[in-house]
Amino acid sequence: MSFINYMAREINCKIVYYGPGLCGKTTNLQYIYERTNPDAKGKMISLATDTDRTLFFDFLPLSLGEIRGFKTRFHLYTVPGQVFYDASRKLILKGVDGVIFVADSQIERLEANQESVDNLRTNLAQQGYSLEKVPYVIQYNKRDLPNVVDVEELRSLLNPMGVPDYEAKARTGEGVFDTLKAVSKLVLTELKRGG
Amino acid sequence: MVNPQMVMYEEEFNQIQTVVDRLVREANARVVFIVDKNGQLIAASGEVDNIDTTSLASLTAGNIAATGGIAKLLRENEFATQFHEGENANIHIQLVGNRVILVVIFDSKSSLGLVRLRVRKASDELNRIFEALLSKVQEPGSDSPFAEITDEDIDNLFND
Repeated sequence: MSFINYMAREINCKIVYYGPGLCGKTTNLQYIYERTNPDAKGKMISLATDTDRTLFFDFLPLSLGEIRGFKTRFHLYTVPGQVFYDASRKLILKGVDGVIFVADSQIERLEANQESVDNLRTNLAQQGYSLEKVPYVIQYNKRDLPNVVDVEELRSLLNPMGVPDYEAKARTGEGVFDTLKAVSKLVLTELKRGG
Repeated sequence: MVNPQMVMYEEEFNQIQTVVDRLVREANARVVFIVDKNGQLIAASGEVDNIDTTSLASLTAGNIAATGGIAKLLRENEFATQFHEGENANIHIQLVGNRVILVVIFDSKSSLGLVRLRVRKASDELNRIFEALLSKVQEPGSDSPFAEITDEDIDNLFND
């Protein structure tokens, strides 16, 4: 649910990074944080365990610039990927405007990716959203690792709807901004349609 | 879409700001702010320059969401009030009309009793303002200002 503030001439949107544990959601946010001009970003918050696993969420506010005199601000959130944190994932999806699914390309994580997409679909439905209608893009991450599945195979398993998808190496940043731009465009296009 | 878009107009914003400004004074608070349940900051007053209100807004909303989740598990509707006591600063969090969150940060110059009393009064006022705002947003003809934007406008945002 975007928030349009006529007084401050601002529009705020919420983007959620979803995906299985250790797929690189937090790494995406860290890269964006490092590479963004200080004027355009706020503080990055990570609610993590002592071993740096996301416990509740990461949060990064970003300013994109102006459209027709309105400042566009995106609030980026990640969910905790580990299976048993499902209650927290549901909470973070509340009021979402766009979703990025970060898939782990490694062969041994194929099943975890599929479970996570199913979980995303279920949790969105519980909030009254459907994956078919929410602005949605997919990122095939960790393409730099040796044991990865072909993109074609990942696509046929995880992207039957044919939404925009990108290969990425979040650690070095490749594909990170492409994915973010793609979902931001879809969110703004949805706003234009009065969503 | 399930949720109506949250929209803030100048008239209601000024009304909300008046309530928040007064609450800072009457409760002897350091900072008062209002956040929607998704973590967007709506209004703030008091010593806001020394404080990261965007981060506070998102964490407060996360806090309320987590507490709401606990309430559901216990078959409670909601825990509408939270209070955290620190060595120097205390924070009082109140859910208003199950829609927005009113946060008061105060120190030893005030007391929990005073804050609770003033928050109760402010909550009623805020509830009325937000109800009026919501019905205004749902009126036909209140189109999004984004209906007019072009694909080019969107592309231009990413051209740097």
